[in-house]
Order: sequence, then structure tokens, then C-alpha cells
Amino acid sequence: MKRFAFATVSTMAVVAGSSVLAGPEAEVLHWWTSGGEAKSVAVLQEEFASNGGTWTDMPVAGGGGDAAMTALRARVLAGNAPTAVQLKGPAIQEWYEEGVLADISSVAEAEGWADVLPASIAGHMMCEGTWCAAPVNVHRVDWIWANADVLAANGIEMPTTWDEFNAAAVKLMDAGVIPLAHGGQSWQDATVFEAVLLGIGGPEFYQKALVDLDPEALTSDTMVQVFDQMRTLRGYVDENFSGRDWNLATAMVMNGEAAFQIMGDWAKGEFLAAGKKPGEDFLCASTPGDGYLYNVDSFAMFDVDGDDKKAGQDLLAKLIVAPNFQKVFNLNKGSIPARTDVALDDFDICANLSAEDMGSTSASGSLLPSYAHGMALRGSQSGAITDVVTAHFNSEMSSADAVQQLADAVANSY
Amino acid sequence: MSEWLENHLPKVVLAPSFIAVLIFVYGFIGWTAWVSLTRSKLLPKYEIKGFIQYERLFDSPRWDTAINNLYIFGALFIVIAMVLGLLLAILLDQKIRVEGAIRTIYLYPMALSMIVTGTAWKWILNPGLGIESMVQGWGFTNFEFDWLVNPDYAIYTIVMAAIWQSSGFVMALFLAGLRSVDGEIIKAAQVDGIPTWRIYTAIIIPSMAPIFLSAFIVLAHLAIKSFDLVIALTGGGPGYATDLPATYMYAMAFSRGDIGQAASSAMIMMLVVFAIVVPYLYSELRAKND
Repeated sequence: MKRFAFATVSTMAVVAGSSVLAGPEAEVLHWWTSGGEAKSVAVLQEEFASNGGTWTDMPVAGGGGDAAMTALRARVLAGNAPTAVQLKGPAIQEWYEEGVLADISSVAEAEGWADVLPASIAGHMMCEGTWCAAPVNVHRVDWIWANADVLAANGIEMPTTWDEFNAAAVKLMDAGVIPLAHGGQSWQDATVFEAVLLGIGGPEFYQKALVDLDPEALTSDTMVQVFDQMRTLRGYVDENFSGRDWNLATAMVMNGEAAFQIMGDWAKGEFLAAGKKPGEDFLCASTPGDGYLYNVDSFAMFDVDGDDKKAGQDLLAKLIVAPNFQKVFNLNKGSIPARTDVALDDFDICANLSAEDMGSTSASGSLLPSYAHGMALRGSQSGAITDVVTAHFNSEMSSADAVQQLADAVANSY
Repeated sequence: MSEWLENHLPKVVLAPSFIAVLIFVYGFIGWTAWVSLTRSKLLPKYEIKGFIQYERLFDSPRWDTAINNLYIFGALFIVIAMVLGLLLAILLDQKIRVEGAIRTIYLYPMALSMIVTGTAWKWILNPGLGIESMVQGWGFTNFEFDWLVNPDYAIYTIVMAAIWQSSGFVMALFLAGLRSVDGEIIKAAQVDGIPTWRIYTAIIIPSMAPIFLSAFIVLAHLAIKSFDLVIALTGGGPGYATDLPATYMYAMAFSRGDIGQAASSAMIMMLVVFAIVVPYLYSELRAKND
């Protein structure tokens, strides 16, 4: 009994103490749990703590975020949402429509986010005119990576059109090199598909087909050509590609087994981790054609109760977009800052190229969201497209059939 | 008091599990049925909109593939596992030496989880690592065995792995059945000079009908809920060539945020199970009433 009384008193003391001493609090749900990513998120955690905040980490690994989304759904249904959640693209608006996101416009306006973020990226962070999320980084998706030695040995330049790529691929096959390192997982098929579509159709067509889902664009001759090129690419991958993880495909380029890989700039992390130098051992260039496809990670802010948590949310939002974190985080992760006013002297040439292109494409209106990485469309629409892309790539389906199926699948996905 | 307890104890003890089953099985079946009639996306909504999710489901080529795969996988898996299991059981029943050891060897795959089975077979069947590269390494450079990466044949690799996993278990079931047949009848038949194969086909196997039914029910539900094996072996690929209804449902519910669609596919899966289990229950209950 005595012990019970003591326990009660001490619990009360702790409770009372915490309500007096508490500063900003944030519970952060994310799935950055692997090496470089975990290091990157630790940077944010330290900065948050040094500003007097209490960080509750809620990492949920697995399924490329699927497991974290399941955890989020359970928390939201239980009326106990985390403060901030790693979310991106239209998923932010989708959660907003469920009425569970917070308004962080006061922070965004005080910090002048609208002036430092590219307009199309800022658009993803807004829910019906108010700011509801904070961008962390920009991954470019339409990269083509190459083994410098293999290209030099075969007298090949980085291709700037898909015809040049095809010619180079034929040359490489004759030389006994696998032209394209690829992993047969549906998201990787989709990554290649959107790069091809952007290259062949151009930014305007990309916008119409994969962002607006315009039925005319989806069934156009240009789309048939895109699927034709996918069929051609299918001939340039090795027969053993099914189910291969993307980093194994990167390794094939690294050790000279294959010449090219089409993959976002997280592939750069693999090259760097293996001690390869950009520009010397491996080359980076945008995939043939104009435009820029981005994949922006961001934290969406959920509606929470209590001043401590609200203060934590505001502090977190401020820190995420502040130049210091944007720089340190992206150096760790291999992406580039979402802010356009961060000095990039410490970044490698690929990152500098990416930032340069982001600036120029933003001005010309060809800075576009990646569909394959959930930036352009909602889950059910992008999933329906991916189904067709991957079914076409992994079978003998004709391009005309694929285009028809694409239109049907999109119509059926609402 | 003690008399009351004696009369009601079984009911009292059973009540919690009865209530739990009522809520967590039948309650949630009802919930899923409800959600399958709505336009739920990210979070469940409860406003009924008719059969739109079922229309979408039956319009989806991926669902067609998943259902066809279920038929192919289910039929081949059940039939081959039963035939193989029966054959192994009959061979083991010939009063051979070290029967215990052999029985254990065949039963052991059952002790592995499907994830382990799937991963092991993925390596065995991988053209660049497994059988194909091994045989080619022996000098047969024309040898091809690329079922795992061939969309037309990939589903059969899942059948193979599943049979490897389960036929030992079916063997154990049948062996128990063979042993339970009255020895007197067999001896009488042998005295009459009836050949052994006739004893099996005319006497032993017909008397094992209930065992066949149990084996069928166990294998059928394994086939329908098959999920982990596909995920580990092919990940549903190449493309979505090896999707099964369970993986389709998972993709819709957890990757795509399309809960209504997932619920409708779950309902169809349940109807398939009902189509198998209800006749079984019916025959069981009728047998008891007779």
C-alpha cells in the first residue's frame, strides 16, 4: 500500500513536472531506416533537440512505406495521429480530404517558403491554398547512369536521343555487354516507362498523359511509340532480370557487366558507397529528351491537440525547410535541396547538374512530377497504369493492345 | 451452486471464445461486406454506393489473371499433392526398414515457413544461379529452364514449391489412414489370393474416403489463402503474371489505398472458400443426422 502511494505520488510528480517543463514535442512517423537514410533523419532529430524540442521517433520499416501507411491509418482511425508523417505527392491531398491535416501557413509565410521553393514543388505542399507539408529534398528520377570505362572502350557517348541510345545498345550487345541493367519489379518498369514517355512525347505530352490522364493522349500514336520503345528496351536487358533489386542492377553497371541503368539519383549513393567517382568511374546524365521528373520527400503535418505538440510541429516545419538541414540532409541522402537558395559547393557534379536543370526546367514549365514514384497521381490511378506497363514489358503484348488496356485501366481506376 | 456450476461450466468456459469468434470473424466479415459496397479509398467510408467495386473488380485484367492463377494453382496443387502424397504413403506402408527416418525426411518441408520455401526455390529456379546455370556449367549450353522469369510458366514454379512443401504432410495423413484400415480384411483378401494392387484400389483406398476429404479441405484452403509463397518466390511477377487473389487484395488495401476494391476482392475470395467448405459441412452434418 505504501509502495502504491509512493508510485502514485511519483507518477503525479512526473506528470506535473512534464506539463511545467515541456517544450516543443513532435512524434515523427517515417520509414527512413536503412543506413544513409537513418543517418539523414538523425540530423533532423539532433537539430530538433538542440532547439529544445522532444523528438519521439516512430520508424516503421517495410514495403517501401506500405507498413508505415498501415500504421498511420490505424493511428488516424484511433484519433491519435502523429505530429508529422513522411508523406509525398497527391497522398498529402488525399489525407487532407479526410480532414486530418494541420495548417502550417504561419510558419511557411514567416519563413518565406513561397520565394525559395520551385512553384510546382510548392504546389504539392499546399492543401486548398494553405500550407500543410514541408519538403525535405528533391530526387531526380529521369537519370541515366553509365559505366565510363565501358562507354570509352566501345566508343560510345552519353545518348541524347532514344535513337542514339538504341544504336549504342546494339553496339554494346555486339561487344558482349548487357546494354541496360534493369530489375524486373513493377516500380522499376514504371521508372523506365516514364523516362521514355518524357523523352519521346516531351514535357507537354507527359503532363497530359500522366498528370491530367487525358484519354486522347493516353490512346495517341505517341503513346504507341512509347510502348514500342519499351519493347525495344526489353531486348536490351539480360534474361535474368526478373525480380532483381535496383541496387543489384546498379552493381552490374559498377562492375562493367552492363553499360547503362535508368534510375533515380538514389543509385548515385550506391556508386559513391562503392568508392566510385562521378565523372570518372561513372557518368550521370538526364535520360534522352527534355524535362525533369522529380520525386520530393516531404513531411505532412497532422492535426494534433495540445500547445506543446503544435509548437513542436511549427519548429519541425521551420527546421526542415531551413537551409542548414536541407544541405546536411541531402549531402547524406544523395538528393538535392528543395530550396533553390542553398549553396551547392559541397555537392558532387551530378547534384549540381540536377539543381541546374531544376532551375531551368522550373522556368520553362517542364519541371514535372514523377508518376512512378507517386508524385503525379493517386495510388489507384498510378497503380492501374503500372499494371499495364509491367504486363506489357513482361509479355508479348502489342503496343496497340497496351494503349487500349491503358485507357481502360485508367477509366476503371476511379 | 456447485450443481449450477456443473451444468453451466462448459457454456461459461466456451462463452469468451464464442463471443470473440462472433465479433472478430463474423463481425468483420460483415464489416468487409459493408465496405465492399462503398467507395472507400484511403480510409473506410460507410455510405453505400451499390456494386461499383465489384464491377471494377470484374473489369480489371489483373483480377482476371489472379483468378485464373488461382484455378491453375489450386487444381494442380491439390491434385498433384494428393496423388504424390498417396503414392509416398503406399510405398512407405510396405513395411520397409527405417520407415520412421524416411517419414521424417518427407514431412520436414512442412516445418519450414512458406517464406523460406519460396526464397530457397527462388534461388534454385533462378536461371543465372540455379538449375539452368548449373546444367549449362556441365556443358549442356542449350539447356533452358527459365520458368521463373517466363510470364507464361511462372505460376507453375509456385505449384512446384507448394507441392514440395505440402506433399509430405498429405503423405502423413494418408499413412495414418492406411494404418487404420482393419488388418483382418486385408489378411482375408490376401488369403483369397487377390493381388496387392487390387487390395489397394478395391479395399483400402475406398475405405479412406474421409481422409481424402480432409486432405482436400486442408489443401484447398492453403491454396486459396496462398500469399507468402508468392511474395517470396516471384513477388507476383514477372509483371503481375503470378498474382493470386490474396496478393491482389494486399496490393489494393495496403499499397494503393483502395480499400473498397480490396474489400470486394476479399468477399469474392470468401465466396470461393464457401463454395468448397459448405458442401463439406453439409455432408458432415447430414452424416451425423442419419
